[in-house]
Amino acid sequence: MHYHSEELIRDISAQAQAFRIQVLKMIYSAQTGHLGGAFSAAEIVASLYFHHLRLDPTRPDWPGRDRLLFSKGHACAMLYTAMAHRGFFPVDELTTFRQLDSRLQGHPDRVKLPGIEICAGPLGHGVAIGVGMALAQKMAGRKPSSFSAPSARATAARVYVVLGDGEINAGVIWEGAMAAAKYRLGNLTAILDYNGVQQTGATADVMPTEPIADRWRAFGWHVQEIHGHNVAEILEALDRADEVHAQPSVVIARTTKGKGVSFMEYDHRWHGMPPTREQYEQALAELEEGLGK
Amino acid sequence: MTELASMRKAYGQALVELGKVNPDVVVLSADVSNSDHSYMFEEAFPDRFVNVGIAEQCLVDVAVGLAYSGKIPFANTFAFLFATRALEMVRTHLCYGKANVKLMGAYAGISDSFDGPTHHAITDVAIMRSLPNMTIVIPGDPVALEKLLPQVADWPGPVFFRLNRNEVPVLFDDSYAPRIGEAITLRPGNDVTLIGTGLMVGRCLEAAEALSGEGIDARVLEVHTIKPLDVDSVLGAARETGALVTAEEHSVIGGLGGAVAEAVSDACPVPIKRVGIADEFAETGPYFEILDRYGMSVEHILVAARQAVAARQGR
Repeated sequence: MHYHSEELIRDISAQAQAFRIQVLKMIYSAQTGHLGGAFSAAEIVASLYFHHLRLDPTRPDWPGRDRLLFSKGHACAMLYTAMAHRGFFPVDELTTFRQLDSRLQGHPDRVKLPGIEICAGPLGHGVAIGVGMALAQKMAGRKPSSFSAPSARATAARVYVVLGDGEINAGVIWEGAMAAAKYRLGNLTAILDYNGVQQTGATADVMPTEPIADRWRAFGWHVQEIHGHNVAEILEALDRADEVHAQPSVVIARTTKGKGVSFMEYDHRWHGMPPTREQYEQALAELEEGLGK
Repeated sequence: MTELASMRKAYGQALVELGKVNPDVVVLSADVSNSDHSYMFEEAFPDRFVNVGIAEQCLVDVAVGLAYSGKIPFANTFAFLFATRALEMVRTHLCYGKANVKLMGAYAGISDSFDGPTHHAITDVAIMRSLPNMTIVIPGDPVALEKLLPQVADWPGPVFFRLNRNEVPVLFDDSYAPRIGEAITLRPGNDVTLIGTGLMVGRCLEAAEALSGEGIDARVLEVHTIKPLDVDSVLGAARETGALVTAEEHSVIGGLGGAVAEAVSDACPVPIKRVGIADEFAETGPYFEILDRYGMSVEHILVAARQAVAARQGR
């Protein structure tokens, strides 16, 4: 086990819940956007941006930065929220989400918004692009970092890919998965937001993904399964993934789509639907109540 | 008889030379490196060569990751696969995301003739040309390839480099000095301009020679860069010769002919005849015979030139 203080875990958990509130406000205000998959990814994104990733918001193109490839781009309201609070751009700018002249495009645009690593939205790209980035690190002779050799962190950048579970229907995910194993990319970690629901229904009905852990293992990946809303488990899994050498890692984070709002949870209709005023007020009340816990 | 030389060998050698001078160049393949001769780079620089297997979407995405990390990836597979199977990757990341990836479109046009229409690329230019931020370059012979490849590496942004599989007529000598984006007048003339690209440049030169015997003074303009099109040169030809023929190893829809027609119709409408394959698939067979049968012979250029001249005179 790696040590993460209770205070750290509590802070990140609270931050994740606060981000849900921010995301709800953005999508309600814009009357467009994707709530369900943003809510399921809250703790994952918060853990990455506020503890695990090595980055410098004032230098988004710093070559030594860890790369976060947010492959499930439709959930970008959560990504933007975390980035703004991490200092990549003013928090006020979040109100421009999905509006004309905004850098916060409907799906992430790496050209418009520094700090975004890949354009995403069309699903399936994160793993293979991550392979290219991880290969570039290897070609430069940089060794993957590890907890046991913290000094290596001075030079090695790592690549993290946040995937949706509907997204892994796409064949190119598995093409990339094979390539990552072939090239023994220990510097590549995927975090699968395994919320069990995609646009038109349950993943188990639309395109079954089980046995999910065995599938990744069969493709040559190191696999961990965790509770994806438990920050302690997320932080531990990310540290462990960093210690895996010579093979890529996947963290299967079991989550709940629409997490935190009773009438959104597990309901595929909240994949891409904005709330009415009444729904917004109820959702806000529930999320704020969750914040106090 | 014009000397023939292998485009593939020229490509492999040019890639190795590029690798020697530019350490950022890396080469990727979807397991066809002995087809397109990128294996020569693999032999010279094994640590800078990536074979992703028969997975063209992965090929482009991995190249994107390398490009975003400062490398200059040269991705290799058949031209039609870039333009069809991997197209979404090309659009989203190269064109929208501005990934500096160079697509080496092997076996383009009809040049993989015996493998048949499944392997021919006759719509790739039209598809690639429709994408914002894409650059399309088609070398006319091995000399052109050797001179243009380093420019492709230096060009800011994605490039689709369309490569012929076969031994082709050598058109140029060392005095040939192409620049990406600039068309080249290979032969002066005042009655009609034959605008050619790729292998069809040689056929345009042959046609121009034959036309001079008929009293038609044909200019030949080589357009190796389909996009961005050298609009000034094309419009100059339209104004000065009053009639245009385009010739390409591609569908008459949306390629060089389409690009020229768009430019000319906006600014200087003159008769244009487009030589290429009609809106159909070809068939298996010997390369030059298929070109001749499917609308891309010297005779087809001659007929088109006569029609264009007549149309101009009839106005």
